[in-house]
Amino acid sequence: MNSQEFSARIRAASREQPLAIRGGGSKDFYGGQPSGEVLDARGYQGIVAYEPSELVITARAGTPLVEIEAALAAQGQFLPFEPPAFGAAATIGGVVAAGLSGPRRMAVGALRDFVLGIKLIDGEARELKFGGQVMKNVAGYDISRLITGSLGTLGLILEVSLKVLPRPVCERTLRFALPAGEALARVSAWAAKPLSLSASCWQDGVLSVRLSGALAAVNGAEQTLGGEPVPESDAATFWHDLREQRLPFFAGEMPLWRLSVPPTTRALVLPEPQLIEWYGGQRWLRTQTLATELREAAVIAGGHATLFRGGDKGTGTFTPLQAVMMELHRRLKAVFDPRGVFNPGRLYPDI
Amino acid sequence: MKRQHDPEREQDFADVDRRQLLSELAASVPRPALLCEPEDLRPYECDGLAAYRRLPLAVVLAEDEAQVVAVLKICHRLGVPVVARGAGTGLSGGAMPHGQGVLLSLAKMKRILKIDPLAATAVVEPGVRNLAISEAAAAHGLYYAPDPSSQIACTIGGNVAENAGGVHCLKYGLTVHNVLKVRAVTMAGEIVELGGAAPDAPGYDLLAVMIGSEGLLAVVTEVVVKLTPKPQTAQVIMASFDDVGRAGDAVAAIIGAGIIPAGLEMMDKAATAAVEPFVNAGYDLAAEAILLCESDGTVAEVDEEIARMRRVLDASGATGIRVSRDEAERLKFWAGRKAAFPAAGRISPDYYCIDGTIPRRRLGEMLRAIGGMERKFGLRCINVFHAGDGNLHPLILYDANEPGQTARTEAFGAEILELSVALGGTITGEHGVGFEKLDGMCVQFASEELAAFHRLKAAFDPQGLLNPGKAVPSLHRCAEFGRMHVHRGELKFPDIERF
Repeated sequence: MNSQEFSARIRAASREQPLAIRGGGSKDFYGGQPSGEVLDARGYQGIVAYEPSELVITARAGTPLVEIEAALAAQGQFLPFEPPAFGAAATIGGVVAAGLSGPRRMAVGALRDFVLGIKLIDGEARELKFGGQVMKNVAGYDISRLITGSLGTLGLILEVSLKVLPRPVCERTLRFALPAGEALARVSAWAAKPLSLSASCWQDGVLSVRLSGALAAVNGAEQTLGGEPVPESDAATFWHDLREQRLPFFAGEMPLWRLSVPPTTRALVLPEPQLIEWYGGQRWLRTQTLATELREAAVIAGGHATLFRGGDKGTGTFTPLQAVMMELHRRLKAVFDPRGVFNPGRLYPDI
Repeated sequence: MKRQHDPEREQDFADVDRRQLLSELAASVPRPALLCEPEDLRPYECDGLAAYRRLPLAVVLAEDEAQVVAVLKICHRLGVPVVARGAGTGLSGGAMPHGQGVLLSLAKMKRILKIDPLAATAVVEPGVRNLAISEAAAAHGLYYAPDPSSQIACTIGGNVAENAGGVHCLKYGLTVHNVLKVRAVTMAGEIVELGGAAPDAPGYDLLAVMIGSEGLLAVVTEVVVKLTPKPQTAQVIMASFDDVGRAGDAVAAIIGAGIIPAGLEMMDKAATAAVEPFVNAGYDLAAEAILLCESDGTVAEVDEEIARMRRVLDASGATGIRVSRDEAERLKFWAGRKAAFPAAGRISPDYYCIDGTIPRRRLGEMLRAIGGMERKFGLRCINVFHAGDGNLHPLILYDANEPGQTARTEAFGAEILELSVALGGTITGEHGVGFEKLDGMCVQFASEELAAFHRLKAAFDPQGLLNPGKAVPSLHRCAEFGRMHVHRGELKFPDIERF
């Protein structure tokens, strides 16, 4: 499929016969139920440019994430935000549209922090290019980041340019037996110091933290922190399984909720089991508890709650927006997709 | 007053009723907060780009959010343009007033509302100076990472509007990477909160859209910034090169070796010659170019990284290498770089700062081209670069009192920016489009992309009252620009008083 064929499909679509943009389908579960005729982006693939010394990779949307990660790994580089793939079929376009980041998020930034440029086709079949391949670029509004995480509701991503980084020279994982409250307090204190922290995960009384950086820095931080070192290959498997939600915590049919809250929020009195990542900023819950109750708890803490997997999506997947913000969302939808042809209901019911 | 943002042409605001505006403003803000006499307006006629000046109808020095809301609601109802301003240090004319509008200064809203050392965040009003945040956070071992050259004066509200950078953004990011939340007032007077203290917010990333929007979407009234733990120590290498191309290649080699320096700056021979008599930084004046490569972190970490950078620089053909021996020497090495702009002002009656960004590997090519342009336009140019991220600041030296020099300078600048776009870069890395680079936008973007920017603007401000005529050129202007593009040296903006 080339961009002209995409444009033709988009022109032929309508509010009554919308399109469901899809890459590898690995994140079909995320957001509102996909509806409409599938517009498969997988045919539009390939790495367009990768110059390691520029720290930038540009790829077509349908390029498999695994292909990009392999190309980067061959040069000792990586996508620092560690995007969850949720399956080998994941494409880079889908990764950017979903906007999800992995365990390293608090240390290096989220996916959106690494997006430098995007080429897309909007709902009127216009091919548009925003941002570029350079780190510093303030020409025009930051539409690349607006598209990131918009779940395909604003346009079909054709191509993305991402900032990449060299892999850390050294990584080490330490474990501590601690209750949730104490684990949260310690991680917050460590995060406010230059201790090379690059990930944290608490579950079932065990806190795991990862250190990344130069050898000397990691050694120094390890001495300060103490804890039980985890063998390197076990550690790599653990963080990968966390990122891909393959730890036993994530198994089974119980609805999975994601709470995004200010990291220093104390342990939330909500149903167990909970898994706490991102220095306290991302908290996973397996529960049948009512959406309203979880959303209220998250909003009071200064964050929001998402029904990530399973459960009843009848009450919406994402925390509803205040009226002024919802109106802005409607207007922004109309800026790029005035006929409402892309991914209806995937983000909010009327977006 | 019925107005509508128009992508095609700039709106005509000639029918604004000054008397009614002033009487309504006087009724809703305290007397000292409203300025309308010409001698009081004069200090606000321009920002850091003093070449373009214009007097507003009135200046309001807002003291709190309620006054911002009141001013915006009045102007919204009366159809009056509003230009928000922080410290006025911007270099692209973004805060130049509108002749039929209100200049809304946020400089008096300068309270630091909260510093949370555990969360490593600060809540501040928009008029707080960039450096004041770091000073207030220092007691907790924290600082605010983005450090534009003007950080002693520029405000965080202005930093948000411009997505300001600095010399450390290769490692620590730009404003967009260091701001967690913005509270702002739309032109209609509605309060919006974008982003938050949580790692993300539901819905579209409107925080990213707001940052770098040059005051066209909403007026910032509160900012939550991320603070960074202060590194234990820092050291800088000063490396000399006998060829600018080799210096450019050394930059790529450092990054290719997997090193992300805390700062990576380059100055050419003309730049070191300009600053050395001024600051005595100890620069190698025989070198064609020097690089400043900084490492920060723990003592052991810095030792390790400095040794690695040294090896790469040696292998890249550096003709001389000096490593700062102590903090005083580190600051001395940096003093020269930070003094580049004032030094340019010292050796030339006027200078014009350019802000293109290009892929790093094209640095040598760009420098050679600039050398050719110096001859073509008969003007000197000194070059300082944020080499690590490819952001160039050529300073074109000229004398505005010499007939024709201003126009030649603008044509010189335009040619650098056009080449930046052609090399795969952008017309502005960190100073913003403002009023100055509107024509450059016509080069960088196709009309459908500009039209999308206009639609986005209208989504926030349907009447087109916030900072009209800035950041995004009208489609008509670009069509005209395309037609006159061949005639070099024509005066831009003939309607603006010039200095």
